[in-house]
Amino acid sequence: MDPASDPGEREALAAKRPALECRARLLASIRSFFTARGFLEIETPVRVATPALELHIDAEPSGSAWLRTSPELHMKRLLAAGYTRLFQMGPCFRMGECGRLHHPEYTMLEWYRTGTDSRGILEDTQALLRQAVRDTVGGDVIPARTGPVAVGGEWPVITVSDAFTRFAGWDPVAAYEADRFELDLMRKVEPALPLDRPCVLAGYPAAAAALSRLDPADPRVAERWELYVGGVELANAYTELTDATEQENRFRECAEARRQLGKPVYPVDPDFLSALKSGMPACGGAALGVDRLAMLLAGADSLDAVMAFR
Amino acid sequence: MPYNAADLRKGLKVEVDGQPYLITEFSFYKPGKGAAIYNCRIKHMVTGGTQTKAYRSNDTIDKPELEEKNVTYSYAKDDQFIFTDENFEEVSVPTAILGDKQYFLQDNVECMVLFHRGQPIDITLPNFVIKTILETEPGARGNTATNVLKPAKIEGGYEIAVPLFCVQGEKIKIDTRTGTFVERVLK
Repeated sequence: MDPASDPGEREALAAKRPALECRARLLASIRSFFTARGFLEIETPVRVATPALELHIDAEPSGSAWLRTSPELHMKRLLAAGYTRLFQMGPCFRMGECGRLHHPEYTMLEWYRTGTDSRGILEDTQALLRQAVRDTVGGDVIPARTGPVAVGGEWPVITVSDAFTRFAGWDPVAAYEADRFELDLMRKVEPALPLDRPCVLAGYPAAAAALSRLDPADPRVAERWELYVGGVELANAYTELTDATEQENRFRECAEARRQLGKPVYPVDPDFLSALKSGMPACGGAALGVDRLAMLLAGADSLDAVMAFR
Repeated sequence: MPYNAADLRKGLKVEVDGQPYLITEFSFYKPGKGAAIYNCRIKHMVTGGTQTKAYRSNDTIDKPELEEKNVTYSYAKDDQFIFTDENFEEVSVPTAILGDKQYFLQDNVECMVLFHRGQPIDITLPNFVIKTILETEPGARGNTATNVLKPAKIEGGYEIAVPLFCVQGEKIKIDTRTGTFVERVLK
């Protein structure tokens, strides 16, 4: 049947209008937030020769190339070239990720700022969320499905070490076990996080550092945090790793781990590594799931509500 | 070939510890930088017992060896119901598998039996069956309300709730999936 003539689809799409309007206000709010703070909006390639190497993120092939899983590597090349404040909002693709909070094609916001670290990025995130709530639903409360989330006050920051020790009975920073970490995160830690305020899980074990810098004072811990709002993992932030040698080592280890799991191994981006070698300034950055934030603001419990087509 | 974790979804039939299960709930979980977890609630296809399972990306899940056979009902013997298949071979289905459906069988009715590893585990009857009321309290003939019910017995002693206007000797249509009254069959 021609979808346009399917009355069921027409009704379903029409019913989504309030949520889609909320989403549109969110996009406008994010752009005005960063533009007013001197961030340059950029667009980097969606189809890439070298997706970022991560153990558990799989890229969708596109001919002889791939669709980006994040714009991170291109944005960092711009930072190495002297740009100091950048943001980008656009489609990213992750193969096989589909569920209430996942869709293989989704909208990601990434921003980077030189001269700061993951703590400075948390301040950005707090200001961004407060403005986004004001501009989309008014006031300072997200009407999430799990109950109101007050973004105005203090946001508790809990270390991964404390959260796991308290709620799961072990410390993954002292001794990391990947499978157990993920299962306990799902079953024990996330359900114990507060729902009435945004909450930050900070200081990931070095083994789960991804592209973040290790804490110079305690190299067992990565300067990485994840933001939870209404039980939903919403944003991931780093003090960015700027050391080219360490980056190259992590890529090599990740490539080997992917090979052992029988996953495709993407080539390492030589331009990204030479940009790091040429000298990348100290910086922090974050990636935020725009669809998930729109879902929370619309009071929905699935991405279905805020994606016109899914 | 077994299933991969990525194949799992609600409604899929799987085999766990050699037993057949149906996935009744499914959810995909994945921390941004971590490996996916495929959460399933599974229901045993015979006992109805449920449990939860969390599969990881590299897990494989067995496919149950299921076979469907079209059969025709012949007769009951002891605690077995005997059917014949398309090759005129006898197929025995224990009473326990039929449950209340045993009361809805009729001579030569066509059914579908589901086998797991050669053992019958479920049977599907035609959706509707016509049965005669053998016993019920005298009806209030003038009462046409369909929401006021009284018990009635059909062959085999199965008790079914029927509207007040139904009388003994009358034929009624029953939904075999739910075991409930649908309508009176007037000649």
